[in-house]
Amino acid sequence: MSVFHSAYGSPNKETKSNVLITHNSSLITHNSQKVNILKFITAGSVDDGKSTLIGRLLFDSKAVSHDILHTLERQSKNKPDGELDLSLLTDGLRAEREQGITIDVAYKYFNTPRRKFIIADAPGHVQYTRNMVTGASNADLAIILIDARHGVVEQTHRHSLVASLVGIPHIVAAVNKMDLVNYDEEVFYRIAADYQKLAQKLGLQEITFIPMSALAGDNVVTLSEKMPWYTGKTLLEHLETVEISETSEEIAPRFQVQYVIRPRTEELHDYRGYAGALRSGTFRKGDRVVVLPAGIESTIKAIEVNQQEVEEAFAPQPVVLHLEDDIDISRGDTIVRLDSPQPAVTQDLDLDVCWMSERPLYPGDRLLVRHNAATVKAIVKEIYHRVDVHTFEEQEAEQLKLNDIAYIRLRTAKPLVFDSYKQNRSTGGLILVNDNTFDTVGAGMLHEVPVTENLQQDFAI
Amino acid sequence: MSKNFDYLDHLEAQAIHILREVAGQFERPALLFSGGKDSITLVKLAEKAFRPGKFPFPLVHIDTGHNFQEVLEFRDRLAAQLGERLIVRKVEDTIRRQRLKDGSGKFPSRNALQTNTLLETIEEFEFDACIGGARRDEEKARAKERIFSIRDEFGAWDPKRQRPELWDTYNGSIRKGENVRVFPISNWTELDVWNYIRREKIELPNIYFSHARDCVVTPGGQLLAITEHIRLDPEDEITNREVRFRTVGDATCTAAVESPATTVEDIIQEIIETKISERGATRLDDRMSEAAMEDRKKNGYF
Repeated sequence: MSVFHSAYGSPNKETKSNVLITHNSSLITHNSQKVNILKFITAGSVDDGKSTLIGRLLFDSKAVSHDILHTLERQSKNKPDGELDLSLLTDGLRAEREQGITIDVAYKYFNTPRRKFIIADAPGHVQYTRNMVTGASNADLAIILIDARHGVVEQTHRHSLVASLVGIPHIVAAVNKMDLVNYDEEVFYRIAADYQKLAQKLGLQEITFIPMSALAGDNVVTLSEKMPWYTGKTLLEHLETVEISETSEEIAPRFQVQYVIRPRTEELHDYRGYAGALRSGTFRKGDRVVVLPAGIESTIKAIEVNQQEVEEAFAPQPVVLHLEDDIDISRGDTIVRLDSPQPAVTQDLDLDVCWMSERPLYPGDRLLVRHNAATVKAIVKEIYHRVDVHTFEEQEAEQLKLNDIAYIRLRTAKPLVFDSYKQNRSTGGLILVNDNTFDTVGAGMLHEVPVTENLQQDFAI
Repeated sequence: MSKNFDYLDHLEAQAIHILREVAGQFERPALLFSGGKDSITLVKLAEKAFRPGKFPFPLVHIDTGHNFQEVLEFRDRLAAQLGERLIVRKVEDTIRRQRLKDGSGKFPSRNALQTNTLLETIEEFEFDACIGGARRDEEKARAKERIFSIRDEFGAWDPKRQRPELWDTYNGSIRKGENVRVFPISNWTELDVWNYIRREKIELPNIYFSHARDCVVTPGGQLLAITEHIRLDPEDEITNREVRFRTVGDATCTAAVESPATTVEDIIQEIIETKISERGATRLDDRMSEAAMEDRKKNGYF
């Protein structure tokens, strides 16, 4: 198990406490500069030291408080070696602690003066693909742990496939347990080269390689003296400085109505505002827009942010939009700027799915599709193929089982308004819902629609 | 321009998005309001999400009867200022109706009994969604809970049957009898809440700030306010201290902390320097066992 001692020199508790209990780093001492959020996920199996790495980040960045540390020490006492087990920091449920496993995604928070960090910690066994897809859907970055002794293994393929499918912008290939291979430079570069080949197959870009030992603390928060040949950043420094692209602002402007505000009071008799978040891009007062799927054009009369009228709003701001014309608009409708590339509007959807239910999916099955605020009925038309998560080979499939990744076609009862997931993560993703239990049973990433199938063409001309 | 969008703006945007999803997805939602800083923050976020309209839900307070008077007054004043509907249901009434055994002993807690009243209230008004101010950084079991947390007809949380939560799509579809607990500030930490309170100049009950108060020292070394709800014994040492409350819950199980902090600014500085987590410092109930919160949630707790 994950046991720490070497990083702190002395196993003596007094000394340890002195090292740990300095004050938390603060976000507010840096008022002058804006602090943003980095959301990341860690991918690795139990033995890769994933929980230990997270424990190390929380621990070394002083995010663990005194009383929690005491609890930790008490729990660790029941372990045979009696030393601090940092994986206990993330295993929150009783069954997990007893069985030494992690059964669900846990969220952890820490901050440095530069950034606030949200970690989605997804467990590394049976339900792994499902949990990693869930954690990855909101992530800016994925840390893929590779055991230095074993190099790139089947698991690494699966994690990387998911990362590529869900479109995580940044990848860190963390070659862990370098202490167990004598901090050997050769080993690190061989693994990096192997991973590079794999990444090329998947079209993954933006990969950063870091040799580390989460257990001993090498290159996690402090640069390792044992690996002078490594001249890059520590993991934490990389997390603090990696550029999070504000792509949602640069891509085509999209807005979806969540809720219609109609006060119907004396003084606000005619007030009718469309409340929702800007999914992507910017909108300005006076913009010509089209309401989809109906295809009715209008002009933005006003934009409100927090009850203040503004000239311009940008994603992901929550806003209230007002249109010049009195149009019948309701929850789930999409408003897009006329001068932007137009989204797909269609009932025939081609998508990558990750199937998340124990009950298999068959062609002909009926489901509900939740596409942000829009919910429609759907039927499975075809399973084109499933993807072997280890070899990436496309295979024929008559059904999809739990954790399968596949390419399928759905037909919906009403047209959906979307962009391909590759172009726009905030309008190209959807979830599949069982129409009886209402459980979430799948995640879908939409593909581009052939021009001939796009209803939008009909009225765009 | 979006360069000026900082982490508090992101947290705020997410919370408003979630509140509007509740309004869009449910027939009869409610906002569980305790008078504490987290639920006061929720109210601020609801104003941003729905004004100039009315809130699409009432505020619901489950009154344990062990609340601080200052908090009750604050609650009533806030509801009146907002012009929103406030529903109060009392644990005492539930105890009488269901012939429950009241908390006993030196520091009788009604924390667990609150659940009964909450479930009764959900049934009475047929609420299908209850918005709460719980945060994932508070406690390990909460760290695992979804933003939309589906509860069965007994209000129970089943950690093994949680729905995957992808992107910002929230699945609130439920079957009859089920209901959903919604936690819009799941991703906020204690410090985030205080930074937001400072930025938005949100008013809070005065017991959050330093004041002189008669307290009794518990066997665990915590300071408990002297109220009519706790039993004093002759050997108890009564001491007047400069204290404030870091969380506001039952007077019988929420301890005060010694603090000279009289402003939000002071409090933020104090939190940054503090060594003890929020619940560890103040909650007598979570200390009882490793899985105290997990067990209460499985029984229908908030």
